[in-house]
Order: sequence, then structure tokens, then C-alpha cells
Amino acid sequence: MDLTPWEKVKLARMPIRPTGLDYIELIFRGFVELHGDRLYSEDRAIVGGIAFFDDIPVTIIAQQKGRNTKENISRNFSMPHPEGYRKALRLMKQAEKFHRPVICFIDTPGAFCGIGAEERGQGEAIATNLAEMMMLRTPIISVVISEGGSGGALALGVADKVYMLEHAIYSILSPEGFASILYKDSTKAEAAANDMKLTAQDLYRFGVIDNIIPEPVGGAHNDFEYVTGKVKEAISADLKELMSFSLDEMLERRYQKFRNI
Amino acid sequence: MSRNLFKAKQYATSKVYRSRPSELKGPEEEKPNVPQGIMTKCPDCGNIIYTKLLMKNYKMCECGYYFRVSANERLVMILDEDTFEEIDQHLTTRDPLDFPGYGDKLVKTQNMTGLVDGLVTGKGLISGTLIYIGVMDASFFMGSMGTAIGEKLARMFEKAAEELLPVIVFTASGGARMQEGIFSLMQMAKVSAAVAKHSAAGQLYITVLTDPTTGGVTASFAMLGDIILAEPGALIGFAGPRVIEQTIGQKLPEGFQRAEFLLDHGFVDKIVTRDNMKDTLAVLLRLHQT
Repeated sequence: MDLTPWEKVKLARMPIRPTGLDYIELIFRGFVELHGDRLYSEDRAIVGGIAFFDDIPVTIIAQQKGRNTKENISRNFSMPHPEGYRKALRLMKQAEKFHRPVICFIDTPGAFCGIGAEERGQGEAIATNLAEMMMLRTPIISVVISEGGSGGALALGVADKVYMLEHAIYSILSPEGFASILYKDSTKAEAAANDMKLTAQDLYRFGVIDNIIPEPVGGAHNDFEYVTGKVKEAISADLKELMSFSLDEMLERRYQKFRNI
Repeated sequence: MSRNLFKAKQYATSKVYRSRPSELKGPEEEKPNVPQGIMTKCPDCGNIIYTKLLMKNYKMCECGYYFRVSANERLVMILDEDTFEEIDQHLTTRDPLDFPGYGDKLVKTQNMTGLVDGLVTGKGLISGTLIYIGVMDASFFMGSMGTAIGEKLARMFEKAAEELLPVIVFTASGGARMQEGIFSLMQMAKVSAAVAKHSAAGQLYITVLTDPTTGGVTASFAMLGDIILAEPGALIGFAGPRVIEQTIGQKLPEGFQRAEFLLDHGFVDKIVTRDNMKDTLAVLLRLHQT
């Protein structure tokens, strides 16, 4: 199925598309959600916790869109505040301590823009995650399931392996924001989506991501078990590979992966 | 393909600065393409200032207004005379997205500013202490970070980690370079990685946030300094004020996202006036010498 970039943008944002928690439910067993950043509050735009992947305990961190308007409001439309990123980092450090791999699901239009987010250091929170994830001494796999918007997505995306779903998008900014900055007209989002090269196919070609997870005709929601099966296969194979490296070797590969972009 | 992103990979050493702040040349002498008058008007208080005098006073108006300074002017203000050795001077972007119109605009901006991209990196002395220094220049695509700036910073931090030298970076940036799309985003990870490597080598990194420091630069290396200094009144934030106002539909409070606001909220170690910057950096460097 050949979709245009703009069609992919629209598909990636469809409310019917599976969310982070849907993936957690089908891929892992015994998920225990853990809350809070221990500094300020609990950010429901990011879900975190521990579960079994096959027989391996893993830490899971997922940006969470709501499945309806009410849930979307409580999830802030999956636009995290600094405390969301700090909770993610807390759980990643915990994973490092207990030698658990970290699996991240990315699905956000971007980090939230607001007064509180700035007061509590949105920039600092994202920056710290980028640097800390690069040095984290445990395997990290990140999957862009729908929307990967800007630094708010990258803050969970510094990983040994990065996947995208076939119709997911990953970009510097939303096409609307991009159009408003470069074309001074936010209605030119479709043109922007074309110029931005934000599809999984583009990013794979660029070497920015490692794997494209195939979707059934019409999108992931049409056969979600097929999609989660493919995600599971990929994680399984990559965890095996990553755990065969020494930690130093794994970190050097992670460093070089981003260094060469 | 990403390995061959850059046109020039050679290190170059050049540009020795011979003037002291008191003898700073006006931009009309250094860059004939940027004409500027003998007198300069302060946009804040409206005062008309003799341009040469303004240079002597670190481009600060008596009213407290800070004119933006170019990377070259900044280096003259901060480094010991004759000590700057530039690296990666010719490194430029290969326009990785082949973005419509970008190539032409780059050449035009290069000709207009005399810069290759929005960052100058190199090595020099601050009151006798050898350091690596990177200075962003907001006159080049608003100092936005694309692959050229990302690569130059990563190389500088790696060299500094190897040579066990401190790094000082002056930030001035509107964020990520839109025309390089996802590659610009990935520079945030790349530079943060190099900063982490330099930090793991036990070396000091000081950032000086100047007006404006926003977006992907704030959300990466700007906020990763061991010590974070800022110039008075500098706009510093993740999202730009206009975007926030549009998102939340209300006016922002006075002083929001200014250096003083960040100090109050615990994100800046110290606000330093421009005339005291070199001395402050010199003291901090001495405090970290073992």
C-alpha cells in the first residue's frame, strides 16, 4: 500500500490507531505500572513500569495518547511535561541498576509548550535524557508507533535499536508547525510533509532508524495481533544480539550510531 | 550515506585575532558586505551611540541593553590576544534532504555574513588557560543547528575529551535548522553524546546562554553544562514565546523565559554581565585546575 506522506500523517493521528498501552498489553506479561518522577508530580502522558518480555523482566516506557477525548485530556494528548521525561529517566536508571533492558514506545506530537513546562525546565529535562540514555548501561530499544514529534520524541529515542511502524512518522516538528515557520502558512502542511521526509521509508534510507515494522492494509488497527507479533519478533532478535555484546561494546555501538548521522 | 554528509573534513587553522576589546573593529571594517553606520541607535532606549564606542563597551548600551554580537566579536571579547586557532573552518552541510531552495539560501547567507555556518569552533587561551571554545552566531539562519553545527560540536567535544581540556560554548540559536529536518533533530542526540563522553573524561564544560537560546539547542547541549552562565535579559527556553501564547491562548507574564526567570527557577548558575564574562570564566577555569 503506497500512501503519500500526508496520508501517513493523517493515518498516524487516527484515534482508532493502537496506543502505547495496547502494545504493552499484547507484547508483555504481568505489567506493573510505576508512577511519578519523585520530584514534582505524575505525568500521565508517559506510562512507565516493569513487565516480562517472554521470560525477561524489562522496563517499559510509553508515550500515551487517549483513546477518547476524556482520556486524551488526562493524558494531555501525549504531550509530556518535564516531569514525564524525569519519570522516564528515573525508571531507566532503575532498569540499569537491575540489569533490565528498556523498551520505549514513542507516540507524541511533541513535548508540551506551556508556562509550567518552561518553569520546570522542559529543555533541561529533554537534554538530560539524551545524555543519560547515551550512557545507560543496559540495552534500549525504541519503537515509533505513530507520531514521533521533535525533541519530545527523541527524549525516548536514544536507543541501540530504533524501529518505526510502516506508516508512522518521525520529524523535527509537526508538518503544521514546519509550514508555519518555513512557508509562513500553517495550511501548507501537506506540502511540508512532502518536503520534510518524515516517513519510515525515508528514515530507514537515511540510516536514522534500524527497522520498519510492517502494517496490514489500512493500518495497524486492522490486524493488531499481526503488528504486535512483528514488534515482538524484532525485539526478541535484537535483545538477543544486544545482550551478546559486552556493555562497553554495546555503548560504543550506540554512540557511533548517532555519531555518524 | 550519512558518513559522507560533509563537504570538507579537513581541519584548518587560521584566523588569528589581533585586536583587544578596546580596539575592536566595527563590522564595517571586517565584513564589507554588512554596511553599518558610524552611529548606532539603541532599540531599547533610543539613545544614539557612536558605533566605535559601543564596541569598546562590549556592545552594551548605558541603559543596560545588550546588542547581539557576532561569533568573531565574541572571541575577541573572551580570548587572550592572538591565541585563537579555528578548527573545521570550512565544514559545511551537504543539504541532506535536498530541501527546495536551501542550497541557494545557504550560499547567499554565507556571502552576506562571511560565515560558513552558524558556529565557530577552535582552541584558545582565557587568561592563560587553554580551552576549546564554540561560539554560535545568530546572524546565520538564526544560529539554528543543522548537521554542520552538530558535527563541529561533536568533533570539538571529542578532541577536548582526548586532550583533557575544558570546553566553553556560547549559545545563540533559534533551535533546529528546519531545512535539514530529521538530521537536525538527530544532531541533538549526537552532540549530547559527545558532551557525555567529554564529561566522562572528567572535563569541565561551561555553557554561556546568550540571546536567544531556544528549541533543540536548549533541549540538548545548552542545558548540559557543568556550570551554566547566562547574559542578563537573554531569552532562554524550549518553546518560543509566540508558540506558547498560541498554544495556551494567553499572554505570557513579564520577564517570562528571560535569564533572570531561569535563575529564579533553578536552571542557571549565574548571570554574568558581558564586561565581567572573561574574568568570571577565568576564575571558574582556575578553580577546576588540578
